[in-house]
Amino acid sequence: MSRPSAAMTAEPGIAILASQLTATRRGKDLAASLWMWGALLVAIVPLGAIVLYLIQLGAGVISLEFVTSSIPISPREKGPGMGPAVAGTLLLTGLASALAIPLGVLAAVYLNEYGKRGRLATVVRFLADVMTGVPSIVMGLFIYSVWVLHFGLSGFAGALALACLMLPIVIRSTEEMLRLVPDELRQASLALGNTTWRTVVTVVLPAALPGIVSGAMLAVARAAGETAPVLFCVGIVSDVNWNAFSGSNTTLSAQIFANAQSPFVGAQDRAWGAAFTLVVLVFLLTVGARFVSARFTRKRGGL
Amino acid sequence: MTTTGRYVPLVLERRDDETTPASGGAAPDAATAPAVFDLDGLEVHYGEYRAVRDVDLRIAEHQITAFIGPSGCGKTTVLRCLNRMNDLIPGCRVGGSIRYHGVDLMGEDVDPVEVRRRIGMVFQKPNPFPKSIYDNVAFGPKIGGVRDRGTLDGIVEDALRKAALWEEVKDRLRKSALSLSGGQQQRLCIARTIAVQPEVVLMDEPCSALDPIATARIEDLMQQLKADYTIVIVTHNMQQAARVSDRTAFFTAEVSTAGDTRTGVLVEFDATDKIFSNPGDERTENYVTGRFG
Repeated sequence: MSRPSAAMTAEPGIAILASQLTATRRGKDLAASLWMWGALLVAIVPLGAIVLYLIQLGAGVISLEFVTSSIPISPREKGPGMGPAVAGTLLLTGLASALAIPLGVLAAVYLNEYGKRGRLATVVRFLADVMTGVPSIVMGLFIYSVWVLHFGLSGFAGALALACLMLPIVIRSTEEMLRLVPDELRQASLALGNTTWRTVVTVVLPAALPGIVSGAMLAVARAAGETAPVLFCVGIVSDVNWNAFSGSNTTLSAQIFANAQSPFVGAQDRAWGAAFTLVVLVFLLTVGARFVSARFTRKRGGL
Repeated sequence: MTTTGRYVPLVLERRDDETTPASGGAAPDAATAPAVFDLDGLEVHYGEYRAVRDVDLRIAEHQITAFIGPSGCGKTTVLRCLNRMNDLIPGCRVGGSIRYHGVDLMGEDVDPVEVRRRIGMVFQKPNPFPKSIYDNVAFGPKIGGVRDRGTLDGIVEDALRKAALWEEVKDRLRKSALSLSGGQQQRLCIARTIAVQPEVVLMDEPCSALDPIATARIEDLMQQLKADYTIVIVTHNMQQAARVSDRTAFFTAEVSTAGDTRTGVLVEFDATDKIFSNPGDERTENYVTGRFG
C-alpha cells in the first residue's frame, strides 16, 4: 500500500480523483462488496424460505375455528383445530415468564448493582452461563425427576422446565443491559440522597427497560417453541385444560411434533397450521412488548 | 427561600447548640464565618495506594472555596470525601477526621444517604437522567417524599429559576433533558441538585465540558447561589478559581522517592486574592504563574 505514485507527488489536485485508484484496489473493493452481498443473500434466503413455506402451507389452514376448537381424536380426520395447544402455549409460556422474568431481572440487578466482581456474583454468573448451554431435554429430565415423579404430569411442571430454560437468558441479557447504563446516572441519583435500591428502581431499570424487554422476549420466544421438556413433563391432551396444576396439557410445539410424524394428511395440515400459529403468536408477543416498552420509555424516559 | 433555620444536625442525639448563622447580605469573611467542614489529617487510600495525605482544611459557610492543582493531586478525591461519595468506590478508605458542623461525618451512626441529601454534588460531565426536564428536577423532592403536584411544580420552577434556566425551558418541561445543550444540561444538573435544598453544593470541575459562554453563565450562577449555599468547587481553570472563589486551596502531587507513586498534599489554603497575588509557598507561586503544571 505504500507505493508513492509519481502523479500523487507531482500533481496533488489530480491525485484525489477516483480515476487514479489503481486496478488492484478496485478489484479488492469489488471482491469485498460481492462477498458481503453474497453473505447477506445466503443468510436471508433460508429465513425468507421458512416464512414463505410456512405461509404457503400453514396460512390456508388457519381460521378462527382452527385456533379455538378441540383437536380431533383421530389423526385421519381432516379439518381444525388446535385450540387446546394455543391455550396450553399461552398458559405455559405465561406461567414460565411469570416465574423466570422477575427472578431473572432481580438476579441480574444483584449481579450488576450489588455483587459486581465479588465471589458470589462471579459464581452465579458462571452458573448462569453454564445453564444457558444446558440442552432443553436435560432440563426437562431434571424437572421430570424432581417434580413429575412426585406430583404427576401437569402444565405447571412444563412451566417450571421452561422457566429454568428462560432464567439464564433473562439474567445474562438483563445484566448486559444494566451494564450499559452509565455510572454517571447512578452517581447523580446517589448524590441526591437516594438509596442504592431506589436508584435501581427509579433510574437504572427505567433506563435499561427497552433492552431488558428485548432480552425477555427472546427468552419467551425460546420457551414458546420448546418441545422436549413439554413432551415428558406435560404429556399431551386433545381438549383445553386451563388448570395448570392438574392433568396433562399440550402446546403448539408438542402438537407440531406429534402431528408432523403422522402419515395422514389431516394431521400434517394441522401441524403446519400449528407452526404458523406459533410463529404469529411469538411475533405478536414481541411486537406487543416492544410497543408497551416504547410507550413506557416515552413517558418515563429511557436511554 | 433562605437558609435560616434549615440546618438540622445529622445526628440528632449529638445536637450541639450551635446557633444558626444569619444569611443574606455579603458573605461573611473567613475568620468569622462558621465552619461547615473541618478537615483534620484527612488521608485517602485506594487499596494499598495512598491518594491523599494530611489535609487540614476549614471550609466556611456561604463562601465559595476552590480546590486547584495539577492532575492527580487529589482535589476530586478530597471533594468526594465531603459527601461520602468515596464510600461507593470499592477499596477506598478514608482516614483522619471530617467534621460537618461539628459532627463526625464518618461516624458509624451517620447515614451516608442523609449526608448526600444535605450535601449535593454537581459532576464534571453533565449527567441528566434520561427523563423529562421536569422529572429531572422533581426527582430529588420525589424521593424525599414530596407527592403533591402543586408543591412539586413550585419546587421545580424555583430550582430552575435559581439555576437561570427557567426562561429557556419553561415551555418544554415535558421534553427530554437530553435535548438540551451541554451548558443547559449542566444548569439543569445544578437545578436538580438545589431542588432538594442541600446545605452545601460540591462542584467537580462543573465547566470543563462547557464552552466559555456557558461557563460564564455557570460562574454568574455560583455567585448568586452563594447567598443560600456553601459551595466547594474543584477546577483546573485557575482564572475560574480567581474569578469565582473567596478562598482557594492549592493541592499538589508529591512523587515518592522511588518515583512510582503520587500522593496529593494540600500546599496552601488562603484567601483567593492572596493565593493568586502573594502566595506563601513557592510551589503555589510556580503553579499560579504557570511555571509548573
